[in-house]
Amino acid sequence: MVWGTAALCAGLALWQFAHETGRVEAGFANWRPILYAYMLWATALCAAQVMVRGEAGKRTLFVLPAALFVISLVVFPLLFALYISFTDWNLASVNGPQPNGWDNMVQMWNDQFYWNALKNMVYYVLAVSVEYVIAFGLALLLNAQIRARKFFRVVFLLPLMLSPVAVSWMIGKSMLEVRFGPISRVVRELGFEPSFFGTPEVARFMIMAMDAWTFIPFMMIMLLAGLQALPREVIEASKVDGATGWQSFKEVIFPLMLPVSVTAIVIRIIFKLKLADIIINVTSGGPGGATDSVTSFIFREYRDRSNVGYGTLLAMVYLVLIILFVTALLKLVSRWMERPA
Amino acid sequence: MTDVAVFKDHDADRAVRVKWWASRVAIYTALIIWAVICLFPIYWTLTTSFKLAPDVMRGNMVPWWDYTPRWKGWESLGLSPRLIGEVSTVREEFLKRFWNSAVVATSASLLAVILGSLAAYGLSRFNYRFGFMRNSDISFFFLSQMILPPVVLALPFLVLYRSLDLLDSQIGLILLYTLMVLPIVIWIMRDQFQGIPVELEEAALVDGLGIWGAFLQIVLPIALPGMVDAFILSQVLCWNDYFFAALLSSTNATTLPVMVASQTGSQGINWWSMAALSSAAILPLIVVAIFLEKYIIKGMAAGAVK
Repeated sequence: MVWGTAALCAGLALWQFAHETGRVEAGFANWRPILYAYMLWATALCAAQVMVRGEAGKRTLFVLPAALFVISLVVFPLLFALYISFTDWNLASVNGPQPNGWDNMVQMWNDQFYWNALKNMVYYVLAVSVEYVIAFGLALLLNAQIRARKFFRVVFLLPLMLSPVAVSWMIGKSMLEVRFGPISRVVRELGFEPSFFGTPEVARFMIMAMDAWTFIPFMMIMLLAGLQALPREVIEASKVDGATGWQSFKEVIFPLMLPVSVTAIVIRIIFKLKLADIIINVTSGGPGGATDSVTSFIFREYRDRSNVGYGTLLAMVYLVLIILFVTALLKLVSRWMERPA
Repeated sequence: MTDVAVFKDHDADRAVRVKWWASRVAIYTALIIWAVICLFPIYWTLTTSFKLAPDVMRGNMVPWWDYTPRWKGWESLGLSPRLIGEVSTVREEFLKRFWNSAVVATSASLLAVILGSLAAYGLSRFNYRFGFMRNSDISFFFLSQMILPPVVLALPFLVLYRSLDLLDSQIGLILLYTLMVLPIVIWIMRDQFQGIPVELEEAALVDGLGIWGAFLQIVLPIALPGMVDAFILSQVLCWNDYFFAALLSSTNATTLPVMVASQTGSQGINWWSMAALSSAAILPLIVVAIFLEKYIIKGMAAGAVK
């Protein structure tokens, strides 16, 4: 049964491929039927697990659907991406993809804007440390003995709930608007001429600030959860021993919070590497690419120039860099955590 | 003797109280400052949606005090009291986007929660071997999807969807969003299932239920709160996504964020209508945040503390 449906799927795919390349006249208008055949095959595979392997098959059935789903939606597109990244495919051109070897690589090597975007990513990732400090402070505040804790928690959570697009309008386009925005007004009152997206440094800082505004609650909540899970006795013991607030924080709370902190920071960095929405909507990379993240750069590469081939290559290179970076980070972190304190 | 003791106590007491008050004041000041930072943009957007052009230019802030609220912004969405009874193309457009967002986010989250809980349950209970892959490898495989940047998938998907005729369709977006939130769901649910004692299922197995029976009848009801957390969190993530929606939809399946973004781009900036649109886009989330805050926090905290 599995082989039957697999054969059906493969056969249909071959036929359609032949049709697309013009060798066979009859065929479907698009690849949709192959998708259905593929789904049929997947279902058959799942069913066969139970029938053939009995109890063990039933166990496999828990993981198999998700695994199939991810594999078919990640691995297959990635392989496909690998192929198109070595073509000169432009959606506007009529020829379709033509392999062009290493041309894209050469182009990337000489593409200042791409390297510039990568450099910006380094800045953006470094900004996480500042976010972490603020988030930790807020988590400590929320963990203190305060009234209206629920109110503050909801308020502090709010920015995370808003979509980056709305944020980029609310803050980037309206509050920072040079003529009428409230922040511009304040800046003018202070005696400066407001120009938030004119100079590279300021523009980059503004993007960082907006991104931080949205995502600080995220780290804050993780850290807060960590703080609440801390054993009370330890902190009280340190108080009995006469530690001041700062001492007990430095010597007791902070070391105990290290694992949670590391998790929060790593996840935050992973999210940061995807940063794009705000940049696309507020500055679209300007001025002169100073605020571009890799994602927003590739987005424009596609949107403005329909350059699928080149864009995909950039994305693939970025993926490799990210994997290297994150693996190194995790290695470093795990080695550092194992080190006796 | 006693007098001295009383005095000492008193002194120390005073010092402590001053310090206590100082720290109180510091804590509340910091809390309020940050609360203002969080709330002001939202306040600004909501009030701007009731302003007219001159009010915006004069920088008026407080409704009824330095300007009179008008429905102008909401009229441009067809959502003001005057226009609510009439036919309005803008409103239909808006509602369609809203509906798209809702359908896509809800079904993607549902699918992700179903697939993710199954996988998480399996991974937390049984030992698998697919070739060289053991349980931890499989978990890592799922979780590693989190670091996959959306750009890498976006362009191949664009091309694939074009040939599959899924471009600009809700199904396409649903599949992609499911993929996007699946690692997070698995992460939360694995934590959840690990907290449930295995003895429960063993008892169920002894009572004659199969593996799936035990899962569906015994474990699932216990794990339901965790599933709700995961569902709400993924709902929010899908609702807010802009990147995929902007690339993969053009007219039919466009979601709310894309509509908001396209409005900023096109005609200069039409302050009141943009403000109204943004407010309408963020209001559901604010409501969600206020009422379901507990679940969201629990969901996010699940992975942090091991």
